[in-house]
Amino acid sequence: MPTITVIEHNGQDHTIEVQSGISLMENVLSNSVPGIDADCGGACACGTCHCFIAEDWSELAGTADPMEESMLGMRPDRTETSRLSCQIQVSDAMDGMVIRLPEYQM
Amino acid sequence: MNQPQQLPDPLTAPLEQIDFSDPRLLEQDAWRPYFARLREEDPVHYQAESPFGPFWSITRFDDIVAVDSNYEVFSSEPTIIIGDLTDDMRVEQFIAMDPPKHDVQRRAAQPVVAPQNLAQMEPLIRSRVVEILDNLPVGETFNWVDDVSINLTTQMLATLFDFPFEERSKLTYWSDMATGSPEIAGGDTSPEERIPALMDCLETFTRIWHERKGRDDGGFELISLLQRDPNTADLVDRPMEFLGNIILLIVGGNDTTRNSATAGILALNQNPAEYDKLRANHGLIPGMVSEIIRWQTPLAHMRRTAKHDVIFQGKQIKQGDKVVMWYLSGNRDESAIDNADSFIIDRANPRHHISFGFGIHRCMGNRLAEMQLRILWEEIMRRFSHVEVVGEPERVKSNFVRGYTSLPVRVHPL
Repeated sequence: MPTITVIEHNGQDHTIEVQSGISLMENVLSNSVPGIDADCGGACACGTCHCFIAEDWSELAGTADPMEESMLGMRPDRTETSRLSCQIQVSDAMDGMVIRLPEYQM
Repeated sequence: MNQPQQLPDPLTAPLEQIDFSDPRLLEQDAWRPYFARLREEDPVHYQAESPFGPFWSITRFDDIVAVDSNYEVFSSEPTIIIGDLTDDMRVEQFIAMDPPKHDVQRRAAQPVVAPQNLAQMEPLIRSRVVEILDNLPVGETFNWVDDVSINLTTQMLATLFDFPFEERSKLTYWSDMATGSPEIAGGDTSPEERIPALMDCLETFTRIWHERKGRDDGGFELISLLQRDPNTADLVDRPMEFLGNIILLIVGGNDTTRNSATAGILALNQNPAEYDKLRANHGLIPGMVSEIIRWQTPLAHMRRTAKHDVIFQGKQIKQGDKVVMWYLSGNRDESAIDNADSFIIDRANPRHHISFGFGIHRCMGNRLAEMQLRILWEEIMRRFSHVEVVGEPERVKSNFVRGYTSLPVRVHPL
């Protein structure tokens, strides 16, 4: 199983085994890493599964579509590597990927 | 469609004889079987006649998320309430704008309710909650709506705007005036009262804006934030847009939290086993707060307008049609929420509700609302074994605001 490292805002890191073919959001939640709310359940409609993709990995993670872009645009802490984790399908190629979680979700 | 004397029978009346915009559905708390029937029989429902003209009702959770997320088809312009703007008061506000203008204005206001800013406000909010609760008349029956819910949310609004504290009751009054007219949401406020009230709001905030401009102290309240953002720095020069956005922030921070603060008391009294769970474990408060917001659904609907013809769930929606998303129905949809009619304070996934809306217009102040209610409940549980409801609640006449005008209670100290 591929692994992904999730770093909380306070620096606490978690290396989790992930399942390919489902979203990054679902993988983080099912491993009980705190810091993702996912209020809408994965519909790209709430913005509360925001994360930052480590730069080396952002190309593999892909780019936000217009809907995701408009949701990210509402985030005061948005950066160039911001993504909504419900919109990233995990693949085996993401083995070793690093993501950071924001200070808050809103 | 003229509204008949009595509400039609929810189970047997033909659907076309039911007016889902009738404000008495909320005022009499009669709405549940009507919307349950729509979700079952005709979840995307066209009503040809109503006091607000023809409109579509969207009643299921997933359909509401789909409409709310699709601003390309379902526009928030010119207004997001079932009734159209009245010609005497054509305010503009970012909740009723589409991208890109919406995005620019919302971004300017959003930092004030970002969680880092909220953390700085928490001690002040807590001190105000404590003062309100410590001054409640033990041993007497009083109206929780006035003494706690309105008092608390009005103080919060005054804090957010750094509004003159001794005049803060004006904020609540203006909020009630903004949403109370019959044409907009079926209320009873007359234009003779409403227009001067809103003009007073505009004049007052215009004066505050100019006073604060001179102060320039880097404050984090809403007016200073709007002044510092280049996109809204001259907002005061566009009076209807200025007024619209001020009203938006007042209404957004007023009716919603106020009515959720009352709803929690009512819900726990109606569900004593849940109250016992809470007494045994105060750690349930954060999840309970989300459940209260779902159970109450303080804003019953949001409206969109179709920008072009579209087939939605097999129905032909035409350009210009009003599309009303009934959030209170979505929050009772069993296909999205287990035991949706029940109030359960320890749900597995309590944040999965529709009260804040979804998509780019999702409630900006949701974390502030949750924080206020969390603090309120933490401090209630430190003081009272029971906030006992001792009479029937009275409810607001509206199809938009789902709220209370009174809830008689007695408090029992620990």
